[in-house]
Amino acid sequence: MTQFNMPTVGEQLRENGISRRAFLKFCGLLASSMALAPSMIPKLAEALEKATRPSVIWLSFQECTGCAESITRAHSPSLEGLIFDTISLDYQHTLQAAAGEAAEQARDEAMQANYGKYVLIVDGSIPLGNAGYSTIAGVSNLDMLKQVAKGAAAIIALGTCAAYGGLPQANPNPTGAVAVADIIKDKPIINVPGCPPIPVVITGVIAHFLAFGLPALDHLGRPKAFYGQNIHDRCYRRPFYERGLFAETFDDEGAKQGWCLYKLGCKGPITYNACATTKWNDGTSFPIESGHGCIGCSEPGFWDFGGLYNPVSLPSSLSSQHVVFATGIGVAAGVAIAALNKQAKQQAKQTREPVNVDQLNREVQL
Amino acid sequence: MSELSLERGINTLKAQIDAPIASFFSSCVSCGMCASACSFYTENPEPRYTPIYKLEPMRRVWEQNFTLLGKLKVKLGIAKPVTDEMLSQWQELVYNTCSLCGRCSLICPVGNDITYMIRKLREGMVASGHVPEGLVGASTRAVKIGSPMGIKLPALQAQVKHIEKATNMQVPFDLEGAEYLLMLSSMEIMNYPEYLEAVGKILTNAGKTWTLSSECFEATNSGIQIGSSDIAKELVSRVVNAAEKLKVKTVISPECGHAYTALRWEGPNLIGRPYSFAAKHIVEVLDELREQGLLPTEGMEDAKLTFHDPCQLVRRGGVVQQPRNLLKLVASNFVEMTDHGTLNWCCGAGGGVSANEDANEVKMKAFQRKKKQLDELKVDTLVTACANCRIQLEEGLEENQMDLPVVGLTELIAEHLVERNTINEESRHD
Amino acid sequence: MSDVLFLQWVKGPLFSIAVMIFVIGVVLRLAEILSLGRAKNLAVPKGNPSLGGWREIGRRFKVDQGTFQQNKITVIAGYVFHVGLFIVMFLLAAHIALIKHSLGVSWPNLPTPVVDMAAVLSMLALVVLLIDRLSQPVKRFLSRRNDYLVWVATFLPLLTGYMTYHHLWLSPQWLLGLHILSVEALLVLFPFSKLMHTFTLFLSRWYNGASMGLRGVKS
Ligand code: SF4
Ligand code: SF4
Ligand code: SF4
Repeated sequence: MTQFNMPTVGEQLRENGISRRAFLKFCGLLASSMALAPSMIPKLAEALEKATRPSVIWLSFQECTGCAESITRAHSPSLEGLIFDTISLDYQHTLQAAAGEAAEQARDEAMQANYGKYVLIVDGSIPLGNAGYSTIAGVSNLDMLKQVAKGAAAIIALGTCAAYGGLPQANPNPTGAVAVADIIKDKPIINVPGCPPIPVVITGVIAHFLAFGLPALDHLGRPKAFYGQNIHDRCYRRPFYERGLFAETFDDEGAKQGWCLYKLGCKGPITYNACATTKWNDGTSFPIESGHGCIGCSEPGFWDFGGLYNPVSLPSSLSSQHVVFATGIGVAAGVAIAALNKQAKQQAKQTREPVNVDQLNREVQL
Repeated sequence: MSELSLERGINTLKAQIDAPIASFFSSCVSCGMCASACSFYTENPEPRYTPIYKLEPMRRVWEQNFTLLGKLKVKLGIAKPVTDEMLSQWQELVYNTCSLCGRCSLICPVGNDITYMIRKLREGMVASGHVPEGLVGASTRAVKIGSPMGIKLPALQAQVKHIEKATNMQVPFDLEGAEYLLMLSSMEIMNYPEYLEAVGKILTNAGKTWTLSSECFEATNSGIQIGSSDIAKELVSRVVNAAEKLKVKTVISPECGHAYTALRWEGPNLIGRPYSFAAKHIVEVLDELREQGLLPTEGMEDAKLTFHDPCQLVRRGGVVQQPRNLLKLVASNFVEMTDHGTLNWCCGAGGGVSANEDANEVKMKAFQRKKKQLDELKVDTLVTACANCRIQLEEGLEENQMDLPVVGLTELIAEHLVERNTINEESRHD
Repeated sequence: MSDVLFLQWVKGPLFSIAVMIFVIGVVLRLAEILSLGRAKNLAVPKGNPSLGGWREIGRRFKVDQGTFQQNKITVIAGYVFHVGLFIVMFLLAAHIALIKHSLGVSWPNLPTPVVDMAAVLSMLALVVLLIDRLSQPVKRFLSRRNDYLVWVATFLPLLTGYMTYHHLWLSPQWLLGLHILSVEALLVLFPFSKLMHTFTLFLSRWYNGASMGLRGVKS
C-alpha cells in the first residue's frame, strides 16, 4: 500500500543508512520479546520492510514524561530507537523543535494530510474535573483527545496513566482523571501500560502494529504477546516463595539471601508484564532482581493496591482500630440485647405458676 | 389456679433456658454422633430418636425468644412456632425414648449436655400437660400416698418385723441423733426386701447408729422423672424434713440411680439451700466403711461376674470406683464390659421410662444394647446397684431367655460379711 | 466492573465492613448467650467444677473407641477438614501477614505447597462430609438449610484460595477478589449460623465439664 508521499519503513531505514544486518537483528529482538518463533523473523522483517511509514501524533496529557524518557533514554545507538527513525513523528511537544503556534500548526497539518491513517499515541490521563487542570495551547486535554482521535487509524495508550488512569487517578483522584479508553469508544486502542512501559515493549507494539496490524489484546486491552505472563509465575525468586522463605525487611538475612519479597509488598502475584523475562536496561535486571518487590505498575489502580510495601493479601482499609471499634459497638449492642434477654427470662420466671398433680391428672383424663 | 396450657409450657421453657442451654444449641453441628451414643436410637434406628432432635421444641423456644435472628424470623412470620400438636408428638421422644442416662451428653463432640436439656424440657411438657399417664400416676401416688408404687408405712413396718424376727437385728425407726438415716425405694420394699436386711446388717456390724423414718422412707422422686420441679421439691422436702428432724449426719440414698440424683444433686437446688446433712449413695457409704476397715468380708465369689453401672451413679454422679473396690473384696473373677464406668450403656428403663407404660416396647428394644454387651462377656452373674436397673435387667434377660442371675451389690457384700463382734471376741480370747 | 476495581473494593471497604459485622455479631451472640445466666448450684460439690470444665475442653478432642467405630467418616473426615482448615487459615504466609496487619501478632509460616496440600485435603474431607450428610439418615434428618449453607460458605474460600494460588480460570485479581469476597461472606454468616460453634463449643464443653466436675465425674 505504498503511497507517493509515504515511503515504506524499509526505504526509510536504508535512507538512514541502517544495514540489513542491523535491521534483522532488530527484528530478532522484537520477535523474541513478542514470543514469536524464530521462523517468524524473516516474515516480520519482510512485513516491516513493506509497511508504510506512518504519521504519528503523540499527545501528552497528565503525565510525567517518564514514558517518553523510557523510550528515548535507552542506550545508544539504540535498536529500539530505530523504530523512531521509521515513523514520522509529526507532533510530540516535548521532543519536537517547533514550539507554540508552529507546533500546533504542524499537528493540524499532519492530521489533515493523513486523516484516517495516522497513529495517535497518548501518554498521560485526561482530567474530567476542571478542564483547566491540564491544557495544551489553551485547549483542554479532553477536547484535544477527541479532536485528534477522530482521524486516527488506531490509538496507542502509552503508560498506565493513559491506559488506566495511573497516578493522577489514584485515590482521591483530585482531577477526575480517566484513561483514553474511558473517552474514546470508536477506535481501536492498544494499551501499553507500565510506569513506565519497558522500551522494547513500546517499540515492539509499534512494530507489530506496522507489520501485522492490531495485535491480539487481553481483557485489559494489552497486547497478549507482551503482557501474557504473570510476574510471580516467571519470577526467579519463586522457589523461595514456595518454600515459605520471605525477606521480612529490606536488609535482613533473607533479603541478602535473595528470598521472596512477598511480605515486603511484592505485587508480582497479581501483575502481568514482561519484566521478569525481557528485563530492563538492555536486559540487565528488573526490580525484583535488584531487591525491590514488583509494584504492579502495569495493572489498573496499582497505586491503590493497599500500599506499595504491604503484601497483596492485606486489606487496604481495615486496621486494628476497626476491630477495636467494632468490639465496642458489639459490647454496647450486647449489653442492650443481654438486658432484653434477662428481662424476658425474668418475666417468664415470675409468671410461672406451680404445677400440681391434680392438674396433671385432669390433663391425662382429657 | 389456671389449667395447664401450651402458653404455660412455653413460658416455663423460657424460664428454664439458661446460658448453658443457649450455648449448647449454638454449638450443635448436626454431626449425629449423639444418636450413636443413645441406646434408644442404636437399637431402634429411627432418625427422630437422635438425642438432640428430642429437644427441637426447646430449641425453637430458645431461638425465637433469645436470639436476634430468631426474633427477626418471628417478626417476619417465617418462624415455625411450637404448637400443642408438636408437643404431643414430642411426648414420645421426650419421655418414652429417653432415660436421662447422660450418655449423649458424654459423647457429643462439642460438649452439649443434652440430658440436662431434656430434663428441663420435661418441665415445659409438664406445664403444657403433655405427659405420659404412667408418670402422672406415679407422681400422684408419690405426692398423695408417699410412694410412687402406693406403698404405705404399715407395709414397711410389716417387712421390718419380719427381718427383725429372722435376724435378731434391731431395725430402728425415728432414732434421733443417729448417724445414718436410711432411705428406701418402693421397688426394694416390694421386690428386694433383702436390701434392707443387708444394709442393716452391715451398718450394725460396723457399729454405726442408723435409723428409718416413719414420716418418710421413700427416696425416689417421681417429680424428677416427670420433670416437675414443683412436685420434686415437695417430695425432696419430705426427706429433708425427716432428716433434719432426726438430726442425722448422713442420709443414705438407696440402690437407686435417680433417687441419688434427686437427693444429692437436685435436692438442695429445689429447696433453695444446702442441707444440714450429707447425702450419700449406699455404695459410697459402703466404700467408706471399707476404707475405715469397718467392712470385713470373707470368702470370694468365683463365678465370673460383671457390674452394670447405673447411669445416674457413673455419668451423673461420679460414683465409678467405689463399686469396683467393693466387688474386688468379694469377687475373684470380676470382668468389665467393653463400655463400662462413665461409658456404660443404660439398661433402658431409667428416667421414668419404667413407670411409663407407653414405653414398654422401646424399653425392651433399648435393652438389646445391654444384651449385646452381656453376650460378649458370657458371665455367670450380673451385679448392679440400682433396683430400677435390676428389674429392667431381670425382665430383659427373661424376655430374651437368658439365664443370668442379677444381684444387688449391697446384698452381695452382706453375704460375705464377717461379724465384727466375732472378730473382736476372738481376738480377746487370744 | 473491572477485576481490579472489584479487588480494591473487596479488599478495602467491603472487608472492613465484613470484619466489623463479624466482630459485632460474635460479641453480640456471646452476650445473648451469657446473659441468660446460670443458677448457682447449691449441692455440695464432689469435685472442682472449673477443673472439670477445662478437662472436658481438652478431652472432647478425643473420641472413645465405640463411638469412633460407629462414626468413622464423621470423625476422620471431620478431623482432616478441621486440621486442614486450621493450617490454611493460620499458617499460610499471606494469611499471617493479614493477621499481623490487623491484630499486630504474627508467627512463622509453613511452606506454601504444604498449605496447598492441606487445602486440598480439607476440601476433599468437606466433600466426603457432604456426601455423608446426604446419605446418612440421621445426619440428613438433622440437617437444616443452615447446615448446607455453612458447608458452601466454608468450601468456597478454600476453593477460591486454591484457584488463586494456582491461577486457575480467571485473572489473579478476579480470583483473589473472589477469594476475599467468599471469606467476607463467611465472616458475615459466622455469628448467625452454626459456625458460631467455633467459639461456643468451648463454652459448651466448659459448662458440661463443670457440671461433671461438680459431681466428681471423671471421664
Ligand atoms: S518476589 Fe514477588 S514475584 Fe517473586 S516470587 Fe516473591 S511474590 Fe512472587
Ligand atoms: S440421655 Fe440417654 S436415653 Fe436420653 S437421649 Fe441421651 S443417650 Fe438417649
Ligand atoms: S452429638 Fe452434639 S453436635 Fe452432634 S448432633 Fe448431637 S448434639 Fe449436635
